[in-house]
Amino acid sequence: MALLQITEPGQSIDPHLRKRAAGIDLGTTNSLIACVRAGIAQTLPDADGSHMLPSVVRYTEDGIIVGQQALNKASLDPLNTIVSVKRLMGRGIKDVMTLGDQLPYEFVGIDEGMPRIKTRSGDVSPVEVSAEIIKSVVCRANDTLAGDLDGVVITVPAYFDDAQRQATKDAAQVAGVNVLRLLNEPTAASIAYGLDTGHEGVIAVYDLGGGTFDISILRLRQGVFEVLATGGNSALGGDDFDEIIAQWLVQESGYSGKLNPRQFRGLLMQARVIKEDLSATDTIDIDVSHGDIQFQGSLTREAFNELIRPLVAASVKACRRTVRDSGVDLNDIDCVVLVGGSTRVPLVAEKVGEYFGIEPLSNIDPDRVVAIGAAIQANILVGNKADDEMLLLDVLPLSLGLETMGGLSEKIIARNTVIPTTRAQEFTTYKDGQTAMLIHVVQGERELVSDCRSLARFELKGIPPMVAGAAKIEVLFNVDADGLLSVSARETSTGVKASIEVKPSYGLSDDEITTMLKASFEYASTDASQRSLIEARVDAGRVIEALSNALAEDGLALLPADDIRLLNDAIAQLTGLIDSTDHKAITHGIEMLGRASEDFAALRMDAAVHKALAGRQIEEVDNEI
Amino acid sequence: MNLNQNYFELFGLPIEFRVDTDLLNDRYLELQKEVHPDNFAAGTDQEKRLSMQWATFINTANVTLKSPLARAIYLLELHGLQLKNNPELPPDFLMQQIELREQLESIEDADANLEKLDDFKREVRSVMSRIETSFALAIGEDLAMAERSVYEMQFISKLLVSADHLEEKLLDY
Repeated sequence: MALLQITEPGQSIDPHLRKRAAGIDLGTTNSLIACVRAGIAQTLPDADGSHMLPSVVRYTEDGIIVGQQALNKASLDPLNTIVSVKRLMGRGIKDVMTLGDQLPYEFVGIDEGMPRIKTRSGDVSPVEVSAEIIKSVVCRANDTLAGDLDGVVITVPAYFDDAQRQATKDAAQVAGVNVLRLLNEPTAASIAYGLDTGHEGVIAVYDLGGGTFDISILRLRQGVFEVLATGGNSALGGDDFDEIIAQWLVQESGYSGKLNPRQFRGLLMQARVIKEDLSATDTIDIDVSHGDIQFQGSLTREAFNELIRPLVAASVKACRRTVRDSGVDLNDIDCVVLVGGSTRVPLVAEKVGEYFGIEPLSNIDPDRVVAIGAAIQANILVGNKADDEMLLLDVLPLSLGLETMGGLSEKIIARNTVIPTTRAQEFTTYKDGQTAMLIHVVQGERELVSDCRSLARFELKGIPPMVAGAAKIEVLFNVDADGLLSVSARETSTGVKASIEVKPSYGLSDDEITTMLKASFEYASTDASQRSLIEARVDAGRVIEALSNALAEDGLALLPADDIRLLNDAIAQLTGLIDSTDHKAITHGIEMLGRASEDFAALRMDAAVHKALAGRQIEEVDNEI
Repeated sequence: MNLNQNYFELFGLPIEFRVDTDLLNDRYLELQKEVHPDNFAAGTDQEKRLSMQWATFINTANVTLKSPLARAIYLLELHGLQLKNNPELPPDFLMQQIELREQLESIEDADANLEKLDDFKREVRSVMSRIETSFALAIGEDLAMAERSVYEMQFISKLLVSADHLEEKLLDY
């Protein structure tokens, strides 16, 4: 242990200032939370020592139960016990129906927007169900770390589209946690491996979880993670293996009637045990007894392999396509990482190794590796690791397009474009005096709008009336570092800003989030205004700290003494407000300080850009001499 | 340093068609390391907004300079030239286009085979590389010639996209 620690000014991390950050792997089957403690990223167990929380939420008369206890009741109370909710995130009712006609839930019929699941404690949305899972693991972290988390990184499948990402972020908001970043699961796994072993080169991450399959090709170089391409299938996973075994069981039993939800869930759970056992043994005896479905027999690993072969082959096909997208040669891939519990199935590891021509890596627990990587990233983002060299560049997983005449999709941002990114598109009016216009944004690779996912409809209003074709409306599509889309517009000839009304196709409106937040606070019997006050104080503290650190680092170098004094006064003013009980006053103070520090922020950014280019100016001068 | 800066200057590269792509990539990563929004996850809203703008700008600049066609169009823009929608092209170039298209169709119709497609793509790429060379020579000397080269590059790049589509079909994606 170091007796004397020497740190640069502005980089020291006082243990009292150390932030609490966690990585959350919000999985289809299981969820985990991990933290960096004493320099090591570890998943956190619950009171019973179990690290994995089954992603199952059960609604009872007495309240909400999450995890193993809920899972135990899944077959007895299937309608009120929600499993694999991740598959429903950000999906419309029509998509949900195509996921399989045997989903045991009763959906409340809404033609548009997010489906809600009918339970005995009312209708719940997938976002709310996910929020319960997040709350449950966050609670575990708060207990372990003896204090509230300052921020979390939540992982999502790389293939998740905008609506699914937004739904995940909404769930975190409903759960009341601060999201530092949404991180692609395979990227998180690479972080866990990359930093632990100092690997450099091109790696493929094969992630077969409970309900989703992702394949990512990443380049790790000079401490930079670059996602070259991502692909996969958001409706393929270990659950499908279970379903195939369950179907086989029904077929072998000779039963031809309709399954009730309880039988179906019971069969699935038995199928999962059979699958797990077959990863270790060559043959297993089976005894099924669910009412009319009776079967005694055995299943060999070979026969099981035949059952799942088409699914594994489909995943390898997706690998081939993604390798092609990435532009690298198959031989250049020098490392394959296995992620997700389903990669324990021997046929999976065998076929993946066969295709890539290398033995896949699995020395970090494939169930925990994503949470561990997320924790490492969260620890950096929250500011615990000063002056870190790691940079993570992500790409847009699916193309964004606009609906044009004839129901065709015109691509505006192609998939695998590095984000954040922006694209301006010009529109014009087709009628004299037209003042409004409807824009339909879709996501997907297919040509027909009806084959893509509808993300949102934007209504442009307030276009100055002109003759047809004279108005030029520039619409800006921005995709942020989390892969989330936002849109703004203006009329370029007059400079008039057109207002935009967003109608998310599947997401939640802000009003809905507010209602859910309220509901969840009532449930937690916390006063909503008290909550706002606490949040405003936390925000104020965060802003003061960020600005003070920035001033300590760059103030003297970038600002005249007068400006520093002004900013310090503004900081003092907000500090004075923190103890006030008026959350609006604090929020206003935060805005004022923000405005006062705008120029300073711009100067710092410029200085950062200069710094990046500084080293090479010398080299160029040398060349000239 | 501002967001209206010339992309070449942003990366400290000479303003010319030939670009050292390794150097471009290195400098792109150096810049992103400094400005990426992940660096400001705990920062103020102003910092977050600025870093978003910078990271976006740097991404756009990189994409533009990385692709030869986008780079050529950008160079024309720097010379004050906007591309036309329906350009006039020399008849011999158009003839060559028609022949190449027919060749691609015959690969699709008759003996759809990947080796022939690979040969075809190689041929088209060598045509592209010749046009790129003439653009590199023309830009700064003969703008009309440079402009025509860009239209030709657009044609060829569409042809390559069609060839890729056929490849996907043959590989049964």
